[in-house]
Amino acid sequence: MHAVPLIAHGSPDDVVAYRNGGPICAARFIADAAHLASGLPAVRHVLNACKDRYCFAVGLAACIASNRVSLLPSTHTPEAIRQLGRFAPDAICLSDDPACDIALPQFQFPDLAAGDANMWPVPSIAADQLVAYVFTSGSTGVPVPHAKTWGKLVNCVQIEAGRLRVMATGPRAIVATVPPQHMYGLESTVLLPLQSANALCAERPFYPADIASALAAAPAPRMLVSTPVHLRALMAANIDLPAIELILSATAPLDESLARDVEARYAAPLLEIYGSTETGQVASRRTTQTAEWQLWPKVTITVRDGQAWVEGGHVEAATPMGDILEVTGTDRFLLRGRVADLVNIAGKRSSLAYLDHQLTSIPGVLDGAFFLREDAPATEIGITRLGALVVAPSLDAKAITTRLRERLDPAFLPRPLLLVPEIRRNATGKLPLHVLRSLLPET
Amino acid sequence: MQPAAAPNTRDLEREIADLMVQALNLNVAAADIDPAAPLYREGLGLDSIDILEIALVVSRRYGVDIKADSENNHQIFGSLTALAEFIAARRTK
Repeated sequence: MHAVPLIAHGSPDDVVAYRNGGPICAARFIADAAHLASGLPAVRHVLNACKDRYCFAVGLAACIASNRVSLLPSTHTPEAIRQLGRFAPDAICLSDDPACDIALPQFQFPDLAAGDANMWPVPSIAADQLVAYVFTSGSTGVPVPHAKTWGKLVNCVQIEAGRLRVMATGPRAIVATVPPQHMYGLESTVLLPLQSANALCAERPFYPADIASALAAAPAPRMLVSTPVHLRALMAANIDLPAIELILSATAPLDESLARDVEARYAAPLLEIYGSTETGQVASRRTTQTAEWQLWPKVTITVRDGQAWVEGGHVEAATPMGDILEVTGTDRFLLRGRVADLVNIAGKRSSLAYLDHQLTSIPGVLDGAFFLREDAPATEIGITRLGALVVAPSLDAKAITTRLRERLDPAFLPRPLLLVPEIRRNATGKLPLHVLRSLLPET
Repeated sequence: MQPAAAPNTRDLEREIADLMVQALNLNVAAADIDPAAPLYREGLGLDSIDILEIALVVSRRYGVDIKADSENNHQIFGSLTALAEFIAARRTK
C-alpha cells in the first residue's frame, strides 16, 4: 500500500500557517502535532472542536500520525453529541476553548511552547488509513457516519489545487470565513493548504471588517475561501479588501449577478466548488463564465430514475446527491434545484424528514411539519428561514423551541413556529401547499 | 439588575428593535422585545447569521462597524440595551 506525506511542504522552513500575524514553519507544525499526539489519552476517536484553524490542523495531524480517527459531526447540539457518544463510546473532545460545553471528556489543547520547536522529516501515512468520520443528519434522527480515508482525501484536494492553479504560483495565504469542521472547510481551508504547500490562516473572520483585517494581516498572494452568505455580506457592507488573487465559494450555489459583482469589486476570479459531505468536492466552475460544473477527473454521474448518483475517483461509495443534476457532457453538468425533501439554509443542509422527526420526538408534540415557503421574503444576505406547524396542546412555542434547540442547528429553528389544532395531510402523508397557505398569516 | 437606560437610549432601543424585526423578518413585534433579554439563543433566539445581518444594518444606519476582535461581542449582543449603548457611544450617523 502506498503512503502519502502528512504535508506537501518540501523544506522544514516552508510556511505552513499564519497565526497572530506571524508565520509557522513546516518543522514547527510537525513538532506541534507530535507533541499533541504524545499527550492525548489512549483513545481511538477524537472530536476536534478547535476553533483556531491552526489548532484544528495540529489536532487533525496529531490524530492522523497516531492512527486516531477525527470525528466531525454536522452540529454540536446536545442531542448530536449524545448520538456521537453512542457511535464512539471512547470519544473525547479536543478543544482550544476552556469554556467548551460539549458533553464528552474534555482534552484541552496543550501549550505548544512546551514541545520541541522543530521536527523533521514529515511522516508518511498509509493511503488506506481511516482518518475521519464526517456526519450527515440522516433522515431518521440518527446521524450517518461517512468514513474518510487518507489517500482519497489527499487525492481530492490535489485535484482541487490543480483546478485552482495554486501549485503553480504558490505559496499563498488562505484566509477562510468557514469553520474547518465541515467537509468544505476541512478540504479547502486545511487539507488544501497542507497538501499544496500553501499556508492556512488560523483566524476565522466573521464580520466584513474582520475579513478585511484578516486579509490585511496575511502576506500576498492571498486567497479567500468563503460562502454566498459572507460574499453577500461583503458586498452589502461595501467594504474594501486588500488584493486577493482568488476567491472560492461553496455550501450553496451563487447566482451569477453576485459572482459578477464580487469579481468586479475585488478584481479576482471567483471559483465555486460543488460537493457534499458524503462525496467531498467533486466539481468546480467559474460562475461568471459558465453555469456548467466541471467534474473532477474519474468522478462520474449516473442518473437513475431521476436520481443522480456520483461515484469514482476519490468518492468512497456511490452516493445519491441532494440536488437535481442535468448531465450536459462527459464531465459536465448543470444544477437544476434541490431534491424536494432537502433544504439548504445559510449553507447548512438537512432534510424536512429529519427535521420533522426531531420535532415530533419532543414529548408533548403530537404532530409537526417543517416547511419552506419559496415565496417568503429573503433577508439582505439571502436567507429564508424554515417555518413549522406544530400540534402540541400542552406546550407553548417557547418550550418547543427550547427543546428543538437541543436537537437542531440554530439555522433550522423555525420562524415562524405556529401552533395549530391539527395538520391535515393528503393521502401520501404530505402537507399540501394550499393547506399550508391557509394556516399561515399573510406576509 | 441592570441600571435603567437613559431616555435617549430607550428611543434608540426602539429604533434598533424595529430595524432588527425588519431585517430578520422576525415573528415578533418590536415593542415586545424585552430590552434586558439576550438577543441570541434562549432570549430572542437569534443565531450567528442574524448577528451578521444586524452588523450590516448597524454599520449602514449608524456608521458603527462591529468587529469580532475589537469588543466583547457576547456583551454587545447580551441585550437590546447593551447593543443600544454600544451604538450610542460610537455612532457617526
